[in-house]
Amino acid sequence: MSDVMRGSGSLAMARIRTMPATLAIGGAITLAWIVVAILAPVLTSFDPIKVDVMQALKPPGAEHWFGTDAIGRDVLARTLFAARYDLAMAFFGVVGPIILGTTIGLIAGYLGGRIDAVLMRILEVTVSFPYFVLVIAIVAVLGPGLKSYFISLTLVNWVSYARLVRSQALVLRGVDFVLAARGMGFGHLRIMLFHILPNAIVPSIVFVMTDAVLAIVLGSSLGFLGLGVQPPTPEWGAMIADGQTYLTTAWWIAIFPGIAICLLALGLSLTADGLARLLNTES
Amino acid sequence: MNRFSFVLRRPIQLIPVLLGISVITFLLLQMTPGDPVRLMLGPKASQEAIEFVRARYGLDQPIPVQYFYYVLNCLRGDFGQSIAFRGPVSGVIAARIAPTVFLILYGLVISLLLTFALAVTAARQRGRWIDHLIRLVCVAGVGVPSYFVGLLLIMGFCLRLKIFPVSGYGPTFINNLWHLFLPALTIGIGVTPILARNLRATFIQQLDKDYAIACRSRGLPESYIFSRHVFWNSLLPTVNLLGVVVAFLIGGTVVVENVFNIPGLGNLLIRGVLTHDQFVVQAVALLLAVGVVISNFAVDVLTAILDPRVEL
Repeated sequence: MSDVMRGSGSLAMARIRTMPATLAIGGAITLAWIVVAILAPVLTSFDPIKVDVMQALKPPGAEHWFGTDAIGRDVLARTLFAARYDLAMAFFGVVGPIILGTTIGLIAGYLGGRIDAVLMRILEVTVSFPYFVLVIAIVAVLGPGLKSYFISLTLVNWVSYARLVRSQALVLRGVDFVLAARGMGFGHLRIMLFHILPNAIVPSIVFVMTDAVLAIVLGSSLGFLGLGVQPPTPEWGAMIADGQTYLTTAWWIAIFPGIAICLLALGLSLTADGLARLLNTES
Repeated sequence: MNRFSFVLRRPIQLIPVLLGISVITFLLLQMTPGDPVRLMLGPKASQEAIEFVRARYGLDQPIPVQYFYYVLNCLRGDFGQSIAFRGPVSGVIAARIAPTVFLILYGLVISLLLTFALAVTAARQRGRWIDHLIRLVCVAGVGVPSYFVGLLLIMGFCLRLKIFPVSGYGPTFINNLWHLFLPALTIGIGVTPILARNLRATFIQQLDKDYAIACRSRGLPESYIFSRHVFWNSLLPTVNLLGVVVAFLIGGTVVVENVFNIPGLGNLLIRGVLTHDQFVVQAVALLLAVGVVISNFAVDVLTAILDPRVEL
Protein backbone atom coordinates (compact mmCIF):
# COMPACT_ATOMS: atom_id res chain seq x y z
CA MET A 1 0.00 0.00 0.00
CA SER A 2 1.42 3.36 -0.95
CA ASP A 3 1.51 6.43 1.26
CA VAL A 4 -1.04 8.18 -0.93
CA MET A 5 -3.63 5.43 -0.49
CA ARG A 6 -3.32 5.36 3.26
CA GLY A 7 -4.73 8.86 3.55
CA SER A 8 -3.70 11.83 5.60
CA GLY A 9 -4.56 10.25 8.97
CA SER A 10 -1.94 7.55 8.69
CA LEU A 11 0.51 10.04 7.23
CA ALA A 12 0.25 12.00 10.45
CA MET A 13 0.83 8.77 12.36
CA ALA A 14 3.87 8.03 10.22
CA ARG A 15 5.19 11.46 11.01
CA ILE A 16 4.81 10.90 14.74
CA ARG A 17 6.58 7.56 14.41
CA THR A 18 9.47 9.23 12.60
CA MET A 19 9.65 11.95 15.24
CA PRO A 20 13.28 12.17 16.39
CA ALA A 21 13.83 10.44 19.73
CA THR A 22 15.60 13.54 21.03
CA LEU A 23 12.46 15.62 20.48
CA ALA A 24 10.29 13.15 22.41
CA ILE A 25 12.69 12.82 25.35
CA GLY A 26 13.59 16.52 25.43
CA GLY A 27 9.94 17.53 25.20
CA ALA A 28 9.06 15.17 28.06
CA ILE A 29 11.80 16.57 30.32
CA THR A 30 10.80 20.16 29.58
CA LEU A 31 7.13 19.40 30.17
CA ALA A 32 7.98 17.66 33.46
CA TRP A 33 9.76 20.80 34.68
CA ILE A 34 6.79 22.97 33.73
CA VAL A 35 4.55 20.66 35.77
CA VAL A 36 7.01 20.80 38.70
CA ALA A 37 7.06 24.60 38.56
CA ILE A 38 3.27 24.83 38.61
CA LEU A 39 2.76 22.16 41.27
CA ALA A 40 5.70 23.20 43.50
CA PRO A 41 3.48 24.07 46.51
CA VAL A 42 1.75 20.66 46.21
CA LEU A 43 4.97 18.67 45.83
CA THR A 44 6.56 19.94 49.03
CA SER A 45 5.18 20.99 52.40
CA PHE A 46 8.21 23.17 53.20
CA ASP A 47 8.37 26.93 52.71
CA PRO A 48 11.27 27.74 50.34
CA ILE A 49 12.19 30.99 52.08
CA LYS A 50 11.42 30.20 55.73
CA VAL A 51 14.58 30.42 57.86
CA ASP A 52 14.98 27.78 60.60
CA VAL A 53 18.44 28.06 62.13
CA MET A 54 17.88 24.99 64.32
CA GLN A 55 17.64 22.89 61.15
CA ALA A 56 20.75 24.39 59.45
CA LEU A 57 23.07 22.24 57.29
CA LYS A 58 21.14 18.99 57.79
CA PRO A 59 22.27 16.31 55.29
CA PRO A 60 19.71 14.66 52.99
CA GLY A 61 17.47 12.41 55.08
CA ALA A 62 13.95 11.22 55.71
CA GLU A 63 12.59 14.66 56.62
CA HIS A 64 14.62 16.89 54.31
CA TRP A 65 15.18 14.75 51.19
CA PHE A 66 17.73 17.15 49.70
CA GLY A 67 19.00 18.41 53.08
CA THR A 68 18.91 22.01 54.32
CA ASP A 69 21.10 25.05 53.61
CA ALA A 70 23.18 27.27 55.90
CA ILE A 71 20.12 28.96 57.42
CA GLY A 72 17.97 25.86 57.59
CA ARG A 73 15.87 26.27 54.43
CA ASP A 74 14.75 23.04 52.76
CA VAL A 75 16.87 22.51 49.62
CA LEU A 76 14.21 20.38 47.88
CA ALA A 77 11.55 23.06 48.36
CA ARG A 78 13.93 25.75 47.11
CA THR A 79 14.96 23.64 44.11
CA LEU A 80 11.32 23.03 43.15
CA PHE A 81 10.21 26.64 43.60
CA ALA A 82 13.31 27.87 41.77
CA ALA A 83 12.02 26.06 38.67
CA ARG A 84 9.45 28.86 38.39
CA TYR A 85 12.07 31.60 38.11
CA ASP A 86 14.48 29.62 35.95
CA LEU A 87 11.75 28.52 33.54
CA ALA A 88 10.55 32.11 33.36
CA MET A 89 14.11 33.19 32.51
CA ALA A 90 14.33 30.53 29.80
CA PHE A 91 10.98 31.29 28.15
CA PHE A 92 10.49 35.02 28.68
CA GLY A 93 14.19 35.58 28.13
CA VAL A 94 13.68 34.81 24.45
CA VAL A 95 10.43 36.77 23.99
CA GLY A 96 11.99 40.25 24.04
CA PRO A 97 14.83 39.36 21.65
CA ILE A 98 12.39 37.68 19.23
CA ILE A 99 10.06 40.69 19.07
CA LEU A 100 12.83 43.28 18.74
CA GLY A 101 15.03 41.17 16.48
CA THR A 102 12.23 40.10 14.15
CA THR A 103 11.01 43.69 13.78
CA ILE A 104 14.46 44.99 12.97
CA GLY A 105 15.29 42.07 10.66
CA LEU A 106 11.99 42.47 8.82
CA ILE A 107 12.44 46.21 8.29
CA ALA A 108 16.10 45.89 7.30
CA GLY A 109 15.56 42.98 4.92
CA TYR A 110 12.36 44.19 3.29
CA LEU A 111 13.06 47.90 2.96
CA GLY A 112 16.80 47.53 2.35
CA GLY A 113 18.81 50.54 1.28
CA ARG A 114 19.97 53.10 3.77
CA ILE A 115 17.78 51.85 6.64
CA ASP A 116 19.26 48.38 6.19
CA ALA A 117 22.80 49.77 6.14
CA VAL A 118 22.28 51.71 9.39
CA LEU A 119 20.62 48.80 11.19
CA MET A 120 23.35 46.41 10.10
CA ARG A 121 26.04 48.77 11.43
CA ILE A 122 24.27 48.80 14.80
CA LEU A 123 24.15 45.00 14.66
CA GLU A 124 27.82 44.78 13.82
CA VAL A 125 28.76 46.92 16.82
CA THR A 126 26.49 44.95 19.15
CA VAL A 127 28.03 41.60 18.20
CA SER A 128 31.54 42.91 18.68
CA PHE A 129 30.84 42.97 22.40
CA PRO A 130 31.15 39.59 24.08
CA TYR A 131 27.47 38.70 24.67
CA PHE A 132 27.80 38.11 28.40
CA VAL A 133 29.95 41.20 29.01
CA LEU A 134 27.45 43.56 27.39
CA VAL A 135 24.60 42.03 29.37
CA ILE A 136 26.55 42.63 32.58
CA ALA A 137 27.42 46.20 31.57
CA ILE A 138 23.71 46.93 31.03
CA VAL A 139 22.76 45.23 34.31
CA ALA A 140 25.35 47.48 35.97
CA VAL A 141 23.38 50.52 34.78
CA LEU A 142 19.92 49.16 35.58
CA GLY A 143 20.80 47.42 38.85
CA PRO A 144 20.58 43.66 39.57
CA GLY A 145 17.29 41.77 39.25
CA LEU A 146 14.97 39.87 36.96
CA LYS A 147 13.72 42.99 35.16
CA SER A 148 17.28 44.07 34.26
CA TYR A 149 17.94 40.56 32.99
CA PHE A 150 14.99 40.73 30.57
CA ILE A 151 15.84 44.24 29.37
CA SER A 152 19.55 43.61 28.88
CA LEU A 153 18.96 40.27 27.16
CA THR A 154 16.55 41.99 24.74
CA LEU A 155 19.04 44.76 23.99
CA VAL A 156 21.86 42.27 23.35
CA ASN A 157 20.27 39.15 21.90
CA TRP A 158 18.00 40.70 19.25
CA VAL A 159 20.89 40.33 16.80
CA SER A 160 20.42 36.56 16.39
CA TYR A 161 16.81 36.94 15.26
CA ALA A 162 17.47 40.06 13.22
CA ARG A 163 20.07 38.17 11.19
CA LEU A 164 17.85 35.12 10.66
CA VAL A 165 14.77 37.12 9.65
CA ARG A 166 16.67 39.63 7.54
CA SER A 167 18.35 36.97 5.42
CA GLN A 168 14.91 35.43 4.72
CA ALA A 169 13.23 38.77 4.07
CA LEU A 170 15.96 39.74 1.60
CA VAL A 171 15.06 36.75 -0.55
CA LEU A 172 11.31 36.95 -0.03
CA ARG A 173 10.89 40.56 -1.09
CA GLY A 174 11.71 39.58 -4.68
CA VAL A 175 9.47 36.49 -4.75
CA ASP A 176 6.41 36.43 -7.08
CA PHE A 177 3.71 36.43 -4.44
CA VAL A 178 5.18 39.51 -2.81
CA LEU A 179 5.47 41.28 -6.16
CA ALA A 180 1.86 40.31 -6.85
CA ALA A 181 0.78 41.75 -3.52
CA ARG A 182 2.63 44.97 -4.39
CA GLY A 183 0.91 45.00 -7.77
CA MET A 184 -2.46 44.77 -6.07
CA GLY A 185 -1.56 47.92 -4.17
CA PHE A 186 -1.06 46.44 -0.70
CA GLY A 187 0.88 48.63 1.71
CA HIS A 188 4.39 47.79 2.89
CA LEU A 189 3.22 47.16 6.44
CA ARG A 190 0.58 44.68 5.31
CA ILE A 191 3.05 42.84 3.09
CA MET A 192 5.68 42.71 5.80
CA LEU A 193 3.29 41.38 8.43
CA PHE A 194 1.12 39.00 6.44
CA HIS A 195 3.27 37.91 3.50
CA ILE A 196 6.92 38.13 4.51
CA LEU A 197 6.76 37.44 8.25
CA PRO A 198 4.99 34.04 8.19
CA ASN A 199 7.58 32.75 5.71
CA ALA A 200 10.61 34.42 7.26
CA ILE A 201 10.03 33.26 10.83
CA VAL A 202 10.66 29.50 10.42
CA PRO A 203 14.45 29.50 11.08
CA SER A 204 13.82 31.60 14.21
CA ILE A 205 11.41 28.97 15.50
CA VAL A 206 14.09 26.31 15.17
CA PHE A 207 16.62 28.58 16.88
CA VAL A 208 14.40 29.62 19.76
CA MET A 209 14.89 26.41 21.78
CA THR A 210 18.69 26.61 21.52
CA ASP A 211 18.39 30.22 22.51
CA ALA A 212 16.32 29.29 25.57
CA VAL A 213 19.23 27.12 26.72
CA LEU A 214 21.60 30.07 26.33
CA ALA A 215 19.12 32.30 28.16
CA ILE A 216 18.85 29.98 31.14
CA VAL A 217 22.62 29.51 31.37
CA LEU A 218 23.07 33.28 31.20
CA GLY A 219 20.29 34.03 33.67
CA SER A 220 21.49 31.52 36.23
CA SER A 221 25.08 32.75 35.77
CA LEU A 222 23.85 36.23 36.69
CA GLY A 223 22.14 34.67 39.71
CA PHE A 224 25.36 32.89 40.63
CA LEU A 225 27.31 36.16 40.42
CA GLY A 226 24.75 37.96 42.56
CA LEU A 227 23.43 40.08 39.68
CA GLY A 228 20.27 38.15 38.92
CA VAL A 229 17.27 37.17 41.01
CA GLN A 230 17.87 38.63 44.45
CA PRO A 231 17.75 36.70 47.76
CA PRO A 232 15.80 35.22 49.41
CA THR A 233 13.98 34.26 46.18
CA PRO A 234 15.06 30.74 45.24
CA GLU A 235 16.93 30.52 41.92
CA TRP A 236 19.28 27.71 40.92
CA GLY A 237 22.32 29.85 40.06
CA ALA A 238 22.02 31.83 43.30
CA MET A 239 21.51 28.60 45.29
CA ILE A 240 24.72 27.17 43.82
CA ALA A 241 26.54 30.35 44.87
CA ASP A 242 25.12 29.86 48.40
CA GLY A 243 26.53 26.35 48.46
CA GLN A 244 29.96 27.32 47.16
CA THR A 245 31.35 27.88 50.66
CA TYR A 246 30.07 24.52 51.86
CA LEU A 247 31.41 22.26 49.12
CA THR A 248 33.27 19.97 51.54
CA THR A 249 30.88 20.09 54.48
CA ALA A 250 27.44 20.36 52.85
CA TRP A 251 27.72 19.41 49.18
CA TRP A 252 23.96 19.05 48.76
CA ILE A 253 23.32 22.81 48.84
CA ALA A 254 25.07 23.34 45.49
CA ILE A 255 24.76 19.92 43.85
CA PHE A 256 20.98 19.52 43.74
CA PRO A 257 20.23 22.88 42.07
CA GLY A 258 23.16 22.15 39.74
CA ILE A 259 21.62 18.86 38.67
CA ALA A 260 18.27 20.62 38.27
CA ILE A 261 19.65 23.24 35.90
CA CYS A 262 21.55 20.63 33.87
CA LEU A 263 18.37 18.54 33.54
CA LEU A 264 16.23 21.45 32.35
CA ALA A 265 18.94 22.61 29.95
CA LEU A 266 19.27 19.03 28.68
CA GLY A 267 15.53 18.89 28.04
CA LEU A 268 15.61 22.14 26.11
CA SER A 269 18.76 21.15 24.16
CA LEU A 270 17.29 17.80 23.13
CA THR A 271 14.06 19.50 22.07
CA ALA A 272 16.09 21.97 19.99
CA ASP A 273 18.09 19.15 18.40
CA GLY A 274 14.96 17.12 17.61
CA LEU A 275 13.11 20.16 16.24
CA ALA A 276 16.02 21.02 13.94
CA ARG A 277 16.15 17.44 12.63
CA LEU A 278 12.38 17.28 12.11
CA LEU A 279 12.18 20.55 10.17
CA ASN A 280 15.35 19.86 8.17
CA THR A 281 14.25 16.41 7.00
CA GLU A 282 10.88 17.82 5.93
CA SER A 283 12.29 20.56 3.78
CA MET B 1 47.63 43.93 -5.47
CA ASN B 2 49.39 41.88 -2.82
CA ARG B 3 47.18 39.29 -1.17
CA PHE B 4 48.24 40.49 2.25
CA SER B 5 47.75 44.20 1.72
CA PHE B 6 44.50 43.84 3.68
CA VAL B 7 46.59 43.50 6.84
CA LEU B 8 47.12 47.23 6.47
CA ARG B 9 43.72 48.10 4.96
CA ARG B 10 41.58 46.12 7.38
CA PRO B 11 42.38 48.08 10.57
CA ILE B 12 41.06 51.21 8.85
CA GLN B 13 37.78 49.44 8.11
CA LEU B 14 37.58 48.54 11.80
CA ILE B 15 37.52 52.18 12.91
CA PRO B 16 33.72 52.57 12.53
CA VAL B 17 33.16 49.45 14.65
CA LEU B 18 35.54 50.71 17.32
CA LEU B 19 33.76 54.08 17.32
CA GLY B 20 30.43 52.26 17.63
CA ILE B 21 31.74 50.34 20.62
CA SER B 22 32.86 53.58 22.26
CA VAL B 23 29.42 55.14 21.61
CA ILE B 24 27.78 52.24 23.46
CA THR B 25 30.08 52.40 26.49
CA PHE B 26 29.70 56.19 26.51
CA LEU B 27 25.90 55.91 26.46
CA LEU B 28 25.98 53.34 29.25
CA LEU B 29 28.00 55.76 31.37
CA GLN B 30 25.57 58.56 30.50
CA MET B 31 22.57 56.49 31.55
CA THR B 32 24.03 55.51 34.90
CA PRO B 33 22.03 57.26 37.58
CA GLY B 34 23.96 59.82 39.63
CA ASP B 35 26.56 62.48 38.87
CA PRO B 36 29.69 60.84 37.40
CA VAL B 37 31.95 63.39 39.07
CA ARG B 38 30.45 62.66 42.47
CA LEU B 39 30.83 58.96 41.68
CA MET B 40 34.49 59.50 40.87
CA LEU B 41 35.45 61.72 43.80
CA GLY B 42 33.17 60.45 46.50
CA PRO B 43 30.65 62.46 48.54
CA LYS B 44 33.17 64.58 50.47
CA ALA B 45 34.89 66.19 47.47
CA SER B 46 35.57 69.92 47.50
CA GLN B 47 33.92 72.29 45.04
CA GLU B 48 37.25 73.06 43.32
CA ALA B 49 38.04 69.38 42.82
CA ILE B 50 34.60 68.85 41.28
CA GLU B 51 35.06 71.79 38.91
CA PHE B 52 38.52 70.53 37.94
CA VAL B 53 37.34 67.00 37.08
CA ARG B 54 34.28 68.38 35.31
CA ALA B 55 36.50 70.45 33.00
CA ARG B 56 39.00 67.65 32.51
CA TYR B 57 36.37 65.16 31.29
CA GLY B 58 34.41 67.87 29.46
CA LEU B 59 31.37 67.22 31.61
CA ASP B 60 30.35 70.90 31.53
CA GLN B 61 29.89 70.63 27.74
CA PRO B 62 26.96 69.42 25.62
CA ILE B 63 26.70 65.62 25.21
CA PRO B 64 28.26 65.31 21.70
CA VAL B 65 31.27 67.29 22.95
CA GLN B 66 31.39 65.08 26.04
CA TYR B 67 31.60 62.08 23.75
CA PHE B 68 34.51 63.71 21.96
CA TYR B 69 36.29 64.17 25.30
CA TYR B 70 35.48 60.57 26.22
CA VAL B 71 37.11 59.18 23.07
CA LEU B 72 40.10 61.49 23.47
CA ASN B 73 40.58 60.40 27.08
CA CYS B 74 40.24 56.72 26.18
CA LEU B 75 42.89 57.12 23.47
CA ARG B 76 45.18 58.70 26.05
CA GLY B 77 44.56 55.72 28.33
CA ASP B 78 42.49 57.75 30.81
CA PHE B 79 39.35 55.79 31.70
CA GLY B 80 38.37 57.85 34.73
CA GLN B 81 38.76 57.16 38.42
CA SER B 82 37.80 54.07 40.35
CA ILE B 83 35.96 54.70 43.59
CA ALA B 84 36.59 51.27 45.04
CA PHE B 85 40.31 51.27 44.27
CA ARG B 86 40.84 55.01 44.85
CA GLY B 87 42.97 55.50 41.76
CA PRO B 88 42.94 55.72 37.98
CA VAL B 89 40.99 52.93 36.27
CA SER B 90 43.81 52.39 33.76
CA GLY B 91 46.21 51.26 36.51
CA VAL B 92 43.66 48.89 38.05
CA ILE B 93 42.96 47.35 34.64
CA ALA B 94 46.59 47.08 33.52
CA ALA B 95 47.42 44.85 36.48
CA ARG B 96 44.61 42.47 35.56
CA ILE B 97 45.00 42.00 31.84
CA ALA B 98 47.68 39.30 32.03
CA PRO B 99 45.71 36.66 33.99
CA THR B 100 42.70 37.06 31.69
CA VAL B 101 44.68 36.83 28.46
CA PHE B 102 46.57 33.84 29.81
CA LEU B 103 43.35 32.13 30.83
CA ILE B 104 41.67 32.75 27.45
CA LEU B 105 44.61 31.44 25.43
CA TYR B 106 45.07 28.47 27.76
CA GLY B 107 41.34 27.72 27.54
CA LEU B 108 41.50 27.99 23.75
CA VAL B 109 44.35 25.47 23.56
CA ILE B 110 42.54 23.02 25.83
CA SER B 111 39.27 23.36 23.93
CA LEU B 112 41.06 22.78 20.60
CA LEU B 113 42.70 19.60 21.95
CA LEU B 114 39.33 18.35 23.22
CA THR B 115 37.62 19.36 19.97
CA PHE B 116 40.06 17.49 17.76
CA ALA B 117 39.95 14.39 19.94
CA LEU B 118 36.13 14.30 19.88
CA ALA B 119 35.60 15.31 16.25
CA VAL B 120 38.23 12.96 14.80
CA THR B 121 36.91 10.04 16.84
CA ALA B 122 33.31 10.76 15.86
CA ALA B 123 34.07 11.23 12.16
CA ARG B 124 36.27 8.13 11.90
CA GLN B 125 33.66 6.00 13.72
CA ARG B 126 30.75 7.68 11.94
CA GLY B 127 27.37 6.14 12.63
CA ARG B 128 28.70 3.83 15.35
CA TRP B 129 27.69 4.13 19.01
CA ILE B 130 30.71 6.28 19.90
CA ASP B 131 29.68 8.84 17.28
CA HIS B 132 26.16 8.99 18.71
CA LEU B 133 27.55 9.25 22.23
CA ILE B 134 29.79 12.17 21.30
CA ARG B 135 26.90 13.92 19.55
CA LEU B 136 24.72 13.47 22.62
CA VAL B 137 27.48 14.77 24.92
CA CYS B 138 27.82 17.82 22.69
CA VAL B 139 24.07 18.48 22.65
CA ALA B 140 23.85 18.12 26.42
CA GLY B 141 27.12 19.97 27.04
CA VAL B 142 25.78 23.29 25.74
CA GLY B 143 23.41 23.53 28.69
CA VAL B 144 25.86 22.80 31.51
CA PRO B 145 26.71 26.16 33.10
CA SER B 146 30.46 26.74 33.41
CA TYR B 147 30.24 27.82 37.06
CA PHE B 148 28.76 24.42 37.91
CA VAL B 149 31.49 22.59 35.95
CA GLY B 150 34.04 24.70 37.82
CA LEU B 151 32.55 23.82 41.20
CA LEU B 152 32.50 20.11 40.36
CA LEU B 153 36.17 20.28 39.32
CA ILE B 154 37.03 22.12 42.53
CA MET B 155 35.18 19.48 44.56
CA GLY B 156 36.91 16.60 42.80
CA PHE B 157 40.43 17.77 42.12
CA CYS B 158 41.06 20.40 44.79
CA LEU B 159 39.11 19.38 47.85
CA ARG B 160 39.00 15.56 47.53
CA LEU B 161 42.15 14.67 45.59
CA LYS B 162 44.05 17.87 46.47
CA ILE B 163 45.88 17.86 43.12
CA PHE B 164 45.29 21.48 42.18
CA PRO B 165 45.05 24.70 44.21
CA VAL B 166 41.51 26.04 44.68
CA SER B 167 42.19 29.55 43.48
CA GLY B 168 44.67 32.23 42.63
CA TYR B 169 47.24 33.22 40.08
CA GLY B 170 50.92 32.35 40.29
CA PRO B 171 54.03 34.42 39.63
CA THR B 172 55.63 32.39 36.81
CA PHE B 173 54.49 30.89 33.52
CA ILE B 174 55.05 27.26 34.53
CA ASN B 175 53.40 27.92 37.85
CA ASN B 176 50.34 29.28 36.07
CA LEU B 177 50.07 26.35 33.68
CA TRP B 178 49.40 24.36 36.81
CA HIS B 179 47.50 27.01 38.78
CA LEU B 180 45.13 27.88 35.97
CA PHE B 181 44.64 24.38 34.59
CA LEU B 182 41.21 23.82 36.11
CA PRO B 183 39.83 27.29 35.22
CA ALA B 184 41.14 26.90 31.68
CA LEU B 185 39.67 23.42 31.47
CA THR B 186 36.33 24.85 32.64
CA ILE B 187 36.10 27.51 29.94
CA GLY B 188 37.56 25.06 27.42
CA ILE B 189 34.79 22.57 28.14
CA GLY B 190 32.29 25.41 27.69
CA VAL B 191 33.09 26.04 24.02
CA THR B 192 34.06 22.50 23.00
CA PRO B 193 30.51 21.29 22.14
CA ILE B 194 30.01 23.99 19.47
CA LEU B 195 33.46 23.51 17.97
CA ALA B 196 33.36 19.71 18.01
CA ARG B 197 29.94 19.52 16.32
CA ASN B 198 31.10 21.93 13.66
CA LEU B 199 34.38 20.15 12.99
CA ARG B 200 32.72 16.71 12.86
CA ALA B 201 30.20 17.98 10.32
CA THR B 202 33.03 19.36 8.17
CA PHE B 203 34.99 16.09 8.40
CA ILE B 204 31.92 14.13 7.27
CA GLN B 205 31.31 16.56 4.42
CA GLN B 206 34.92 16.26 3.23
CA LEU B 207 34.92 12.45 3.56
CA ASP B 208 32.13 12.33 0.95
CA LYS B 209 33.86 14.68 -1.50
CA ASP B 210 34.98 13.42 -4.90
CA TYR B 211 38.67 13.60 -4.07
CA ALA B 212 38.19 11.33 -1.04
CA ILE B 213 36.17 8.84 -3.10
CA ALA B 214 38.88 8.94 -5.77
CA CYS B 215 41.50 8.14 -3.13
CA ARG B 216 39.38 5.28 -1.86
CA SER B 217 38.95 3.85 -5.39
CA ARG B 218 42.71 3.81 -5.76
CA GLY B 219 42.85 1.60 -2.71
CA LEU B 220 44.42 4.06 -0.30
CA PRO B 221 43.81 3.18 3.35
CA GLU B 222 41.12 5.22 5.11
CA SER B 223 43.50 6.44 7.81
CA TYR B 224 45.87 7.79 5.13
CA ILE B 225 43.05 9.59 3.28
CA PHE B 226 41.90 11.12 6.53
CA SER B 227 45.23 12.26 7.91
CA ARG B 228 46.73 13.42 4.61
CA HIS B 229 43.76 14.99 2.84
CA VAL B 230 40.47 15.25 4.71
CA PHE B 231 41.92 16.58 7.96
CA TRP B 232 43.71 19.54 6.39
CA ASN B 233 40.82 20.47 4.13
CA SER B 234 38.49 20.58 7.13
CA LEU B 235 40.44 23.06 9.20
CA LEU B 236 39.27 26.24 7.52
CA PRO B 237 35.60 26.33 8.65
CA THR B 238 36.73 25.74 12.23
CA VAL B 239 39.31 28.52 12.01
CA ASN B 240 36.55 30.82 10.80
CA LEU B 241 34.51 29.90 13.85
CA LEU B 242 37.36 30.86 16.19
CA GLY B 243 36.36 34.54 16.19
CA VAL B 244 32.98 33.66 17.69
CA VAL B 245 34.64 31.20 20.04
CA VAL B 246 37.00 33.84 21.44
CA ALA B 247 33.99 36.05 22.22
CA PHE B 248 32.46 33.06 24.03
CA LEU B 249 35.71 32.39 25.90
CA ILE B 250 35.82 36.01 27.05
CA GLY B 251 32.28 35.69 28.37
CA GLY B 252 33.35 32.42 30.01
CA THR B 253 36.30 33.95 31.83
CA VAL B 254 34.00 36.49 33.47
CA VAL B 255 32.20 33.66 35.24
CA VAL B 256 35.16 31.33 35.74
CA GLU B 257 37.46 33.99 37.20
CA ASN B 258 34.84 34.50 39.87
CA VAL B 259 34.48 30.79 40.60
CA PHE B 260 38.25 30.30 40.98
CA ASN B 261 38.92 33.77 42.37
CA ILE B 262 41.48 34.77 39.72
CA PRO B 263 42.51 38.45 39.77
CA GLY B 264 41.61 39.17 36.13
CA LEU B 265 39.31 41.49 34.19
CA GLY B 266 36.25 39.29 34.66
CA ASN B 267 36.66 39.32 38.39
CA LEU B 268 37.12 43.09 38.25
CA LEU B 269 34.00 43.52 36.10
CA ILE B 270 31.74 41.75 38.62
CA ARG B 271 33.32 43.55 41.57
CA GLY B 272 32.78 46.80 39.69
CA VAL B 273 29.09 46.08 39.18
CA LEU B 274 28.57 45.06 42.80
CA THR B 275 30.37 48.14 44.18
CA HIS B 276 28.79 50.55 41.62
CA ASP B 277 32.25 51.32 40.24
CA GLN B 278 30.80 52.48 36.94
CA PHE B 279 34.00 53.68 35.28
CA VAL B 280 35.66 50.33 35.90
CA VAL B 281 32.68 48.44 34.46
CA GLN B 282 32.54 50.49 31.27
CA ALA B 283 36.31 50.42 30.77
CA VAL B 284 36.46 46.64 31.13
CA ALA B 285 33.51 46.22 28.75
CA LEU B 286 35.23 48.52 26.24
CA LEU B 287 38.51 46.65 26.53
CA LEU B 288 36.94 43.20 26.16
CA ALA B 289 34.99 44.34 23.08
CA VAL B 290 38.21 45.66 21.55
CA GLY B 291 39.72 42.27 22.38
CA VAL B 292 37.01 40.58 20.31
CA VAL B 293 37.61 42.96 17.38
CA ILE B 294 41.34 42.25 17.50
CA SER B 295 40.87 38.48 17.67
CA ASN B 296 38.46 38.62 14.71
CA PHE B 297 41.14 40.47 12.79
CA ALA B 298 43.67 37.79 13.75
CA VAL B 299 41.28 35.11 12.51
CA ASP B 300 40.94 36.94 9.17
CA VAL B 301 44.71 37.02 8.78
CA LEU B 302 44.97 33.35 9.71
CA THR B 303 42.30 32.45 7.14
CA ALA B 304 44.18 34.33 4.44
CA ILE B 305 47.41 32.53 5.32
CA LEU B 306 45.75 29.11 5.27
CA ASP B 307 43.61 29.59 2.17
CA PRO B 308 45.29 31.11 -0.91
CA ARG B 309 41.86 31.63 -2.53
CA VAL B 310 40.75 34.14 0.08
CA GLU B 311 40.78 37.76 -1.02
CA LEU B 312 40.00 40.18 1.76
